[in-house]
Amino acid sequence: MAFEYAPAPESRAVVDIAPSYGLFIDGEFGEATGGKVFKTLSPSSEEVLSEVAHASAEDVDRAVAAARGAFGTWSALPGAERAKYLFRIARIIQERSRELAVLESLDNGKPIRESRDADLPLVAAHFFYYAGWADKLDHAGYGPDPKPLGVAGQVIPWNFPLLMLAWKIAPALACGNTVVLKPAETTPLSALFFAGICRQAGLPRGVVNIVTGDGSTGAELVAHPGIDKVAFTGSTEVGKAIARTVAGTDKRLTLELGGKAANIVFDDAPIDQAVEGVVNGIFFNQGHVCCAGSRLLVQESVQEELLDALKRRMATLRVGDPLDKNTDIGAINSAEQLARIKELADSGEAEGAERWAPACELPSAGYWFAPTLFTGVTQAHRIAREEIFGPVLSVLTFRTPEEAVAKANNTPYGLSAGIWTEKGSRILWMASKLRAGVIWSNTFNKFDPASPFGGYKESGFGREGGRHGLEAYLNV
Amino acid sequence: MTYRYARRYAHLVTMPSSVPAYGAEAAARLASMADATASDAALRRFLHGLPGVDAVGLQARAATLGTRSIKTTAKAYAIDLAISMIDLTTLEGADTPGKVRALCAKGVHPDPTDRSVPEVAAICVYPDMVATAKDALLQGGGAEVRVASVATAFPAGRAALPVKLADTRDAVAAGADEIDMVIDRGAFLSGRYLEVFDEIRAVKEACAREGGPAAHLKVIFETGELQTYDNVRRASWLAMLAGADFIKTSTGKVAVNATPPVTLLMLEAVRDFRAATGVQVGVKPAGGIRTTKDAIKYLVMVNETLGEDWLTADWFRFGASSLLNDLLMQRQKLDTGRYSGPDYVTVD
Repeated sequence: MAFEYAPAPESRAVVDIAPSYGLFIDGEFGEATGGKVFKTLSPSSEEVLSEVAHASAEDVDRAVAAARGAFGTWSALPGAERAKYLFRIARIIQERSRELAVLESLDNGKPIRESRDADLPLVAAHFFYYAGWADKLDHAGYGPDPKPLGVAGQVIPWNFPLLMLAWKIAPALACGNTVVLKPAETTPLSALFFAGICRQAGLPRGVVNIVTGDGSTGAELVAHPGIDKVAFTGSTEVGKAIARTVAGTDKRLTLELGGKAANIVFDDAPIDQAVEGVVNGIFFNQGHVCCAGSRLLVQESVQEELLDALKRRMATLRVGDPLDKNTDIGAINSAEQLARIKELADSGEAEGAERWAPACELPSAGYWFAPTLFTGVTQAHRIAREEIFGPVLSVLTFRTPEEAVAKANNTPYGLSAGIWTEKGSRILWMASKLRAGVIWSNTFNKFDPASPFGGYKESGFGREGGRHGLEAYLNV
Repeated sequence: MTYRYARRYAHLVTMPSSVPAYGAEAAARLASMADATASDAALRRFLHGLPGVDAVGLQARAATLGTRSIKTTAKAYAIDLAISMIDLTTLEGADTPGKVRALCAKGVHPDPTDRSVPEVAAICVYPDMVATAKDALLQGGGAEVRVASVATAFPAGRAALPVKLADTRDAVAAGADEIDMVIDRGAFLSGRYLEVFDEIRAVKEACAREGGPAAHLKVIFETGELQTYDNVRRASWLAMLAGADFIKTSTGKVAVNATPPVTLLMLEAVRDFRAATGVQVGVKPAGGIRTTKDAIKYLVMVNETLGEDWLTADWFRFGASSLLNDLLMQRQKLDTGRYSGPDYVTVD
């Protein structure tokens, strides 16, 4: 008899999702002007979770006005006072982390193990970290008494809904800005719960405003003349459109866009840990990670050994119900994203790469894609160049460190990279040659609020996290 | 011969399914690796050619596996499996024949009120208690329960080789089915690998029994004294090349005993060793595993690293004493829905 794990579902009862949600403007929830709504689904079952207000141009205008109204008082508060609110928010997030983790897994489709052990701890850590900076901005290296920018318009993606919110809102508030944030269309719920947390923390009205909607709402927000700063995380395509919109205005802009990171494994790498790192690099969060290690560059001499080990490991990945505590890979966030992953994976096969996926049964309802790897991939294949944003790994080989660098850098992106070798000097040499904003060595997808994150080239500009992350929200 | 060469070679020759380390065919398989152990230099080259271990990554993997949630039917299965894998141990200077007899009776019927509880794998004692344990088991209807004896100047291993061999032969002669030996950590840490290798070989030979099956050999590394994960991987390969039937973490007599990362690393070593040689070796974490929750974490590691092939008492053991009572209490809780408490299990 084999050791089969019985279902171990996290209880849904810890989160109470209302049948409908309004916009959060000036400290109050209210319907959208015109009353337009949209539905948000659970991607693992296609069940409708709630109906959410779709903000119109008028609503965005009201939200920006509310943020503008609150800016004077908020920015005039001593840093230590702003810090108190941020610390309070961080603590409430910790207290409600189980509820928020379940909510995030329901709305996004990510496994509860990740929302519980990665997303929520990092969200709280981000607020704690920037709370600490609020009264120390004089010492951040941007001169004495640096000033905030004003109203920040922030647009975030669906892959880490609450974490991306934290990356945007925490530094903005710490520096004395007020914000209007638009969460992604498919994952609006955790941002709306966060609005509730702002009320619970007694945050002054108008400091945080949440407007929900689709891409048009985001476009209204970034184009609004009343905002001083645009921060966007999402696709390179939309990022370019935003850059065009903002061009010629005095708005500050930071963009955190796509990636096609190389995870480079040398023959002297710690093989078992490299396999874990590769798996974590591409299958964490179903591969919906902008810094995912979606290209595996493996030295020819260990190719066979590494691929054997990788396939063996992939066969143990547990795909299924995101709320089951033993699930490793959850649901793809939307039908649209699933179609895109399928299209790119099919192109890999059509262009001659060899496709492999472990035998795994996928649920019938919802959006699912089995963890997949392609071997025999060349630099000329679409799956080696375009961001798939799904659980699909492209394997390429190299012979020399120079070749590894050349292949790793041969991409329009430059967000992250991974180096696996036991040789310290090679790590340093590689790190100096790779054109990527974050380079991990002998690990991957490690995040910390104290560490700046951002990209080169088409992966965007500006840094989030750490002392560097303050610069994007200060008038320096 | 290097590790990589051995692996590649294994792919080329068609190997019939794996053979147990204690079987007759294992020796021939190990002989194919003879040039790796031909000299101190060759052995050093081989062991230092093994892939390195990244400590942070290893610990992270063990921790992640530790978050698996094993409930209801899976828990019931795991509890019975864990009970059947226990080497129920008493290794105290104060051990008495009476205590050993009591332990044997408990090993055969762990829960006197519930005969559906499986018997443990073995009773583990000092050599002078082997005859007592053997006798108690035979009389108590536990002929299937094995007797394991520590030997080779356990736990420090600080004695001359002839003394260690005599210690081993003595235990085997008294009827021990299994011998738990300790390696010479001093020799290992100072890089005298061949000395350690030869010693294990010699003890393995001393495990032979005239007119009967040889005692199985478990090799204890005392991983808490080896300091680095790289050393644990090297010690694992060294012992397996020398003919170990089981590799075991610890004596239970030092500050740091079995840990999940060290055990995970040893599981990876037996997996890779079988891939390279076709010889299957067992793993025994020992010391410090006291709760059902801990035991289940180890079983999850075995399941997700090695799979079914190792999920029996032939290939995985727990060296433990107080663990059994906790497993029994958890078993009663699953059966009745209530916690019973320590008054409802036997004290040792």
